[in-house]
Amino acid sequence: MTDASRTPREKPLSPHLQVWRWHITMATSILHRATGCALYVGALIAAAWAIALAQGPDRYAQFKSLLGSIPGKVVMLGLTVSLFYHLANGVRHLVWDTGHGLDVKSANASAVLVLAFAAAATLAVWGIAGMTGAL
Amino acid sequence: MANYRTPLSRARGLGSAKHGAGHWISERVSSIALVPLVIWAVYGVLRLAAGDYGFAVHWVQNPLNATLTVLTLAISFWHMQAGLRVVVEDYIHKALTKSGLLILNLFVCGFSGALAIFSILKVALSGGAF
Repeated sequence: MTDASRTPREKPLSPHLQVWRWHITMATSILHRATGCALYVGALIAAAWAIALAQGPDRYAQFKSLLGSIPGKVVMLGLTVSLFYHLANGVRHLVWDTGHGLDVKSANASAVLVLAFAAAATLAVWGIAGMTGAL
Repeated sequence: MANYRTPLSRARGLGSAKHGAGHWISERVSSIALVPLVIWAVYGVLRLAAGDYGFAVHWVQNPLNATLTVLTLAISFWHMQAGLRVVVEDYIHKALTKSGLLILNLFVCGFSGALAIFSILKVALSGGAF
């Protein structure tokens, strides 16, 4: 006798977006890669800054007004968050590499800490930028 | 029966020859170097954003600023090349597309990093535009 509706035996799956519900350590892992990719673009912007500087005052002023525009500031804000997040989470990874903080409780706590640091450091830097006339 | 296999052929494929972890280690070492460099760079960007072209040229001409800027650029471009390489290796499985993207990643990082560093050195050594 055959049973057409019989479900196949569950095979082990590696965790991926469609089979795992969202949780904070998963989010921080994905964010690390996403912010890394964003910072790739950020480094190209830093390279453009250096090139504009070498091209002289006109090009440099052009570059600065581009970054100082509203879309430019949005990009810079995104890069600030990405930088501080990737920095803090990178340190978290370096701690893990020493074999510490790998249990679920510590990993959850350090995830919250990293997110809080990224938010606080971004606010602090943009606050300082506002006060020193960098905006 | 005579054995024609060389010792090298027997050792191949059996595991580490003490260089397999090179990529992993280089990502870690570059990230350790980038921790202080990036914090310094944020401070630098804050000062540069508040200044004009003349200030930026003067800033880059300071030997410490020039050295740290070149180091930050060089290590960042190295680190991001290594990072995006892993992303490509994880998601792209077609051999030719993968190789193409890995070479493109290497060339983009190498070219833009070299151009940025040369630009900094030009300003640092010559005092800006001619």
